[in-house]
Amino acid sequence: MTSGSHKKDPYYKSLTRKMILTVIIVSFTPMILVSGAILYQFHVSYHEKVAAHLEELVQKHKQNIDYFLNEKLSDIRFLSQCPQCENLNQESFLEQQLATLQQELDPVFVDLGLVNAKGRQIAYAGPFKLGEAQYSEAEWFKKAIKSQYFISDVFLGLRGLPHFIVAVRKRFHGETWILRATIDFMAFNNLVENVRIGKTGFAFILNRQGEFQTKLLREVMPSKSTYMELLKNVSKSQDKICIVEAVDDYGKKNIYASAFLKNGDWMLVCQQNKSDAFSDLYRAKKIAGLIFLLGGLGIITMAILLSRRMVIHIALADREKDMMNLQVIETGKLATVGELAAGIAHEINNPVAIMVEEAGWVQDLLEEEEFQEGENLEEFQRALKQINTQGKRCKEITHKLLSFARKTDSRIQVVQMNDLIDDAIGLAEQSARYSKVVINTNLEENLPFIQASQTEMQQVFLNLINNAVDAMDNKGGGTIDITSRSDEDNILIDFADNGPGIHRNNLARIFDPFFTTKPVGKGTGLGLSICYGIIKKMGGEIDVKSVIDEGTTFSIRIPIPEDQLD
Amino acid sequence: MAIANVLLVDDETPFVEAMTRRLTKRDLSITPAFSGDDALKRLKENDKLEVVILDVKMPGMDGIETLQEIRKRYPLVEVIMLTGHATVESAIEGMKRGAFDYLMKPCDIDHLISKVSEAAARKRQHENKIIEARMKKIAGRMV
Repeated sequence: MTSGSHKKDPYYKSLTRKMILTVIIVSFTPMILVSGAILYQFHVSYHEKVAAHLEELVQKHKQNIDYFLNEKLSDIRFLSQCPQCENLNQESFLEQQLATLQQELDPVFVDLGLVNAKGRQIAYAGPFKLGEAQYSEAEWFKKAIKSQYFISDVFLGLRGLPHFIVAVRKRFHGETWILRATIDFMAFNNLVENVRIGKTGFAFILNRQGEFQTKLLREVMPSKSTYMELLKNVSKSQDKICIVEAVDDYGKKNIYASAFLKNGDWMLVCQQNKSDAFSDLYRAKKIAGLIFLLGGLGIITMAILLSRRMVIHIALADREKDMMNLQVIETGKLATVGELAAGIAHEINNPVAIMVEEAGWVQDLLEEEEFQEGENLEEFQRALKQINTQGKRCKEITHKLLSFARKTDSRIQVVQMNDLIDDAIGLAEQSARYSKVVINTNLEENLPFIQASQTEMQQVFLNLINNAVDAMDNKGGGTIDITSRSDEDNILIDFADNGPGIHRNNLARIFDPFFTTKPVGKGTGLGLSICYGIIKKMGGEIDVKSVIDEGTTFSIRIPIPEDQLD
Repeated sequence: MAIANVLLVDDETPFVEAMTRRLTKRDLSITPAFSGDDALKRLKENDKLEVVILDVKMPGMDGIETLQEIRKRYPLVEVIMLTGHATVESAIEGMKRGAFDYLMKPCDIDHLISKVSEAAARKRQHENKIIEARMKKIAGRMV
């Protein structure tokens, strides 16, 4: 009937909101806490794992490269200390030595040369024609002359190719000589180039000035400032491996792991794109996020659906409770009225009896002879008879009231519907007569007995009759036809009037509580809703059909209990 | 001579008065009483009383109690209960305890008189039987 009305009620709206919020908060809080804690732990340990991996890699390669350089240096040292070292100034000997080196030891040596203290190359063996070359101004020579052993940075030099030099200072014949060997840059480069980490990781070597000592694989030209920054950081933590994160010129976040080589002259740097390094972590985060999102959506949907359904149930329960309360109040009222009526009926009986007796006394007196010739004797007698008749009528009314009042208890008893209908008619007859309404009955005899509360049934019947009488009062009279019959398992009672009918708009709301078409103060709008409640409670149905200007029929169906059917 | 000597008991004074007038006019000798106690007092004073018309609902000592008292002290006196609709049950209760009959208020005067006559007749019949029995006893002794 009014299933939609409760939705408009702000109380139920706020109740729905509160329930949704509570469910969401209660479900989300542990979900956020658990997944947050797990993700954080995973994040931290994964970072540690990546860092450890990089560190190990850098450490290993640092050792490799250091070993490579030291090995080359010791090769040259060995050469410089051999017994025939006086022959080093002869190019043929040098060539022979170079060949030996290349064959026996390592093909990375490109050429050999002997340079005197003045920077002039005395002897040379190798593919370039560099004999007699003057190195006195070369950077490497200046450094090499000052120390026992020396490994230069990568430079182009006279030959115009990137290379670096391993040099050993030597004294013989009372003079200082420098034996230098050129290392094949490509071979050295491979050492570093082969360092690959994931998809984007690669390694390179820088000198103190931030210049590249290896060829870069990538087109990516890492900005110099980033590495200068790195250099500073690393020099603080000398021998240790330093790991930093920084944004490069392309706006990508990278992880850099770096360590010093060659006694701090060079720096090995491993660079890896952060998204690549943490791809597993990011994937896990994405999956977690997706699950969180879907779960969250599920929770919200469920919260909304469940809360709505709950609130609808609560609203229904509330309405039922209200109806019950009204019914209890009405029944209580009726019982009170019944008791009151019984009291009044009994009290009125005595004065009526006295009046009737007094009238009887006057009648007795009239029979005496002195009155027999009175002019108005007949009038007196008629009036007294009338008083007697009306006294009896009073008696009947009070008897009806008393018999009604005696039934004002809502205990469930075995009742005969026809008797209750008769009682209700007896009570309503008076007001019906004033409204010129005739009540006809067509009651099926031997209706089965059913379990019901007399009061409640009377309330229903009285209500329907009174409503019909009220409706026809304005019209100036009419008839009410009450029929009762039974089919296999129901008792069917119809109250049909030929009143003005009920408008279609009102028909739908006729059983709603507080719905009334009567003027304010005349009707509570509870009558039919209580009838509806009573009949529903008995497992029956109450229905209404109405045609404007033709009349209205209320039909009641009450099921006969199964044990009664046997 | 009056049809019967009647004690009319009701707490409603106007009712008792009106009834007294009407019943007196119909050759009944009426003694009014307005409560149970009053009724017992009158019975004690006047041993000619044959029938009691007794209202069921009275303040103080009610109809049933009065009836029991009367039946105990004056077993030959007949009692007619007078009742409203609401107290039919107590009237029936009265019948069980030895009332002659009951009538509903307001009652038809002729109906009441016929009931009173019957009650009085029965009382006299009882009395006669007792007298006869006594006479036989005395006669038996004389023989």
